[in-house]
Amino acid sequence: MLEIWGLHKSFGGVHALAGVDLRVDEGEIVSVIGPNGAGKTSFFNVVTGLYLPDGGDIMFEGRSIVGLESSEITEAGIARTFQNVRLFLNMTVLENVMVAQHCRTRAGAFRAVLRTPFLRKEEAEIEARAKETLAFFGSRLVGYRFDQPALSLSYANRRRLEIARAMATRPKLLLLDEPVAGMNPRETAELTGLIRKLRDEMGLTVVVIEHDMRVVRDVSDRVIVLDHGVKIAEGSYDEVSSDEAVIEAYLGRPAEVG
Amino acid sequence: MTGVDLRRTLRWGSIAGAVMVFTCAVGLFEAFEDRLLVYPFLSLGHVLLLWFLPLAGYQATNEPVLEGMEAPSKGLHNAMAGLGAGLAGGILIGAFTVIIDAVDVRDVFVRLSARLVDLLTHGWGVPGGLVLLVAVPALLGMAGGMLHLVSAPVRRRLILALEWALVVALLEQVFSQVLRQLRLGAVGNIIFTRRALEWWAALAVAVLVAVLAERARGGIGRIRGYLFAADAVRRTRNSIWSALAVLAFLIVLPQLLGSLLSELLANVGLFLLMGLGLNIVVGLAGMLDLGYVAFFAVGAYTVGVLTSPISPRFDVEWSWWAALPVAILMSVIAGVLVGTPVIRMRGDYLAIVTLGFGEIVRILFLSDWLAPTFGGAQGVRNVPGIPVGVAEIRGSQPVGVLYFAFGLVLVAAWVSWALQESRLGRAWTAIREDETVAAAMGINVVRAKLNAFIVGAILAGLGGALFAAKVGSIFPSSFELLVSIIVLVVVIVGGMGNIPGVAVGAVLLIGVLGGPTQPGLLAEFAEFKLLIYGALLVFMMLRKPEGLLPSVRRSRELRGDELSQDAWLDRPSGGAEVDARPAGG
Amino acid sequence: MDSFLWVVRIGAIVLLIWGVAGTVVQGLSGQGPTGEAWRDLVVAGIAQGAMYGLIALGYSMVYGVLGFINFAHGEVFMSGGMVGFFVANYLWEVGLWETNFVLAILLVLLSSILTSTLVAVIVERIAYRPLRASPRLIPLITSIGISFFLQYTFAGLFGVAVKNYPPPPESLRSRISLLGLEIEGSKLLVIVVAVATMVGLYLFVEKTRTGRSIRAVAEDKEIAALMGIDVNRTIVATFAVGGAMAGVAGTLWALLFRGVSFITGFLPGIKAFTAAVLGGIGNLPGAMAGGVLLGLFEGVGPQLVLAGFGIPGVSQLKDVVAFTALVLVLIFKPTGLFGERLSAEDRA
Repeated sequence: MLEIWGLHKSFGGVHALAGVDLRVDEGEIVSVIGPNGAGKTSFFNVVTGLYLPDGGDIMFEGRSIVGLESSEITEAGIARTFQNVRLFLNMTVLENVMVAQHCRTRAGAFRAVLRTPFLRKEEAEIEARAKETLAFFGSRLVGYRFDQPALSLSYANRRRLEIARAMATRPKLLLLDEPVAGMNPRETAELTGLIRKLRDEMGLTVVVIEHDMRVVRDVSDRVIVLDHGVKIAEGSYDEVSSDEAVIEAYLGRPAEVG
Repeated sequence: MTGVDLRRTLRWGSIAGAVMVFTCAVGLFEAFEDRLLVYPFLSLGHVLLLWFLPLAGYQATNEPVLEGMEAPSKGLHNAMAGLGAGLAGGILIGAFTVIIDAVDVRDVFVRLSARLVDLLTHGWGVPGGLVLLVAVPALLGMAGGMLHLVSAPVRRRLILALEWALVVALLEQVFSQVLRQLRLGAVGNIIFTRRALEWWAALAVAVLVAVLAERARGGIGRIRGYLFAADAVRRTRNSIWSALAVLAFLIVLPQLLGSLLSELLANVGLFLLMGLGLNIVVGLAGMLDLGYVAFFAVGAYTVGVLTSPISPRFDVEWSWWAALPVAILMSVIAGVLVGTPVIRMRGDYLAIVTLGFGEIVRILFLSDWLAPTFGGAQGVRNVPGIPVGVAEIRGSQPVGVLYFAFGLVLVAAWVSWALQESRLGRAWTAIREDETVAAAMGINVVRAKLNAFIVGAILAGLGGALFAAKVGSIFPSSFELLVSIIVLVVVIVGGMGNIPGVAVGAVLLIGVLGGPTQPGLLAEFAEFKLLIYGALLVFMMLRKPEGLLPSVRRSRELRGDELSQDAWLDRPSGGAEVDARPAGG
Repeated sequence: MDSFLWVVRIGAIVLLIWGVAGTVVQGLSGQGPTGEAWRDLVVAGIAQGAMYGLIALGYSMVYGVLGFINFAHGEVFMSGGMVGFFVANYLWEVGLWETNFVLAILLVLLSSILTSTLVAVIVERIAYRPLRASPRLIPLITSIGISFFLQYTFAGLFGVAVKNYPPPPESLRSRISLLGLEIEGSKLLVIVVAVATMVGLYLFVEKTRTGRSIRAVAEDKEIAALMGIDVNRTIVATFAVGGAMAGVAGTLWALLFRGVSFITGFLPGIKAFTAAVLGGIGNLPGAMAGGVLLGLFEGVGPQLVLAGFGIPGVSQLKDVVAFTALVLVLIFKPTGLFGERLSAEDRA
């Protein structure tokens, strides 16, 4: 589904990505792990068109998406969340999810001004779909929450809303950047279940950047390890967690530490 | 903390003194000295000169009370500090008077004349009149300080009463006109003398307002609750009813106002139309367009050259209605031409570049190069009115223009509302909040912004078309940068992103102060209009960037208090009678 | 959308070449201005551009430090020119203007600098300081308000009439021969003063403690504060220096055009901002170079490009040329010809 060859991106003299190759198959849940500064978030930013890569190619469903606007990439079927949760804080919970359906709906200025039946129907659909998407997270984001501004949400709920917003773009591939950061163990366990549900029930392919190794172990079909912008290991959780290079990347070489 | 904080007192006193000196030096005092407000003793000049003193007196002991701290006790020291501040201000203006009396600086500062000294000293000359000149500010300062001694609700009522008495006196023209139309002209003749409110009538107004203030507050609260009902069906029904009520009011209003005031209100309508358009660009899509006048000019010139019988190049003599679609089309083209290159720019660069485009358009219309088409400095004359049935709407019949302008404003308000409550409106909000994320959520940012630009251009073009028919002749000098700025001030003062807000801004500013070339109710202000517009813009940005009637969302954005969750948690989530005041309001 | 921008780019270049070619053809056939007239246009352009450059420094420095366009800077410039007029007029009346022009013009310059500096600092204190934490369009809108407020305050204080400086002495009005070029004396003086001021500013920013603070604050306010720099004082210093440069420009304006009025600041202000962007905002030598370039565009452009199309009355269109230059620079190269120098947060 997603194939990447030789992806390069540098900022000034720092190579955030130094020739990464990887592929994600349809229906997989892949985790991307690595120490801080390994290039994980840069990887997401390049894939979603926020940054232009310096070299390499990104194929999504057999089509190169390098150089597309990030809105076009979303339209093609890739959605994401952000490491530092970037909601539209002054919009309501419902509006956050409604606005994300922008590229799947069509009514323009003319129809809006004339309030045509098409527009009314589409608006009703947008709202219904938004409510349905929010209901995916149980009772937390529904009911009176619909009309509250996103800034009134707790941290964990903001993370959930961000996932809901990404789901509302109707993606095929969902990129989650540290989805459980800042959550307590119970919330973490619950969200782990939801990530599996995203794949099993909604049929999404998911790539997760995560630091919490239990989450990585529980959800991943495959784990990819980045360090200094290079892929240093790939395989099942068990394979990767016993890999010499990975342990070294996380802990450093004993001799150097000493 | 009792006792007088001397430094604070002197600081406020000297600010008050500076305000008075400024008022005299730019000529505000002298210009309005003979415009009486309250017969026989208070003129507008006095108010402009002295308004800051009670405020300074109040501020001299106005300490913020922190939560958990004991509020400072009230007492004599409040009055003394107020007196001190007033006295300091009085001494400053007194010293200023002595200086301009002794040294003739008229060659440099044109307003500092012997007449000014005369007016300041109440005609009693320098040593004699000085006592009054120092004593009045001191007493006003003390009055301001003594406001601390009454409870907050009483204080609010006192201030409100004072404000209303002044407003009624200031808007004498409106009140006596309305009274005349209601066949109550006799009442007007009794309470107004020489355009000023009789002192006893002023007192009566003040007392009436003070008594009714609480009741009015309750009423406004109920109306708010009614309009912002939590239940969506009721909200829709209520807003339809209130829209009908507003419509009925608008239909009756011109009949009450007579032609002079209708003319003013027609200008309000014109600027409201443009304000609503600019509101889409600035308030909804978040782009600071300083060249908005360009689209206004394009609309006006298109209609002008197509309809005028003495149009320099085209002698088609179309009717206004035939020219209108062309004008709109030209506005759209102008919107695309200006919008496309600027939309990707940083917000502040966009502002300056649009300003540049606005000037380019004006200079081109003025140039000899395009004079064969647009008449250069001579402009386009004899633009006919708007044929409606057998009648014709033109500037000489302001009531007709007013109805027509109202009609266009309603269309513009509908367009604004409909867009705001649509997919496009949501996209604009998202872009304003975080452009990067909006793009990552599949919104084509450039296209959405361009849409806003085009809709704004159409409304301005419509305004231009109306303007051409209304004034009958178009000159490049009608399309100065000032127009853009004044429309911007209307939007900002009213409340960015809020349709009723823009309406309030247009009525207050264009109706009362006047537009760039159009006189307002206070036509005397013409010379000082832009000084006041500038000061107002600064004041609003410093104190109330969200405007007088803000949209809840916009006020949060502009104040940047995204983390103030508590304000929202305090709000009950149901019930019709919620006081819907925005956080921080 | 991008293709549209390409059309704009190519169209602009084609029109430019077409216009120049037309003018060249006209020139060869003996129409159009003579060589001498061209030289005068160039010199006038450079002199005016040098003045724009000095104003542009103020825009550039404030943008570099605070990240917003101080729209009222044109009025800061006007205030210096205006007060300078009264000093000049007084000196003319007492006779010093004619007996010792150098001393007189120095006094005028000093008063102009003091006024502009004072106005700039007061405006910062009252209007901009409370808005440091606001979204960036808020101080821009505020500065528009300040701009109008200052214009009409000056109109109220000193009247709306245009005030004409006393005529400069004969020696400045005549042409001076320099390296084989005949240059009008006052224009030469303007260029010399502008260059000297620029050198002084450069030394100030590079060598003094305050100058280093300004550079540090422009780079990163928080880190500068952590390094023990008084950020408030540094910002005031930035406004003061920018104001002083505008004050010098006010006197140069008087030498070039003699007349000042309360709206004198508006157009030069916008053009100086254009110059600052052209040279790369935050980049001080760039601002000066941008000013000179813009002055040249404006001085020569209408004759060189527009006349080639056979457009009548091209000199009316010199402001159009300047604004078009602004638009084109921001489309082609928004970071300016010599690179902008902004902290990361201001670039966003």
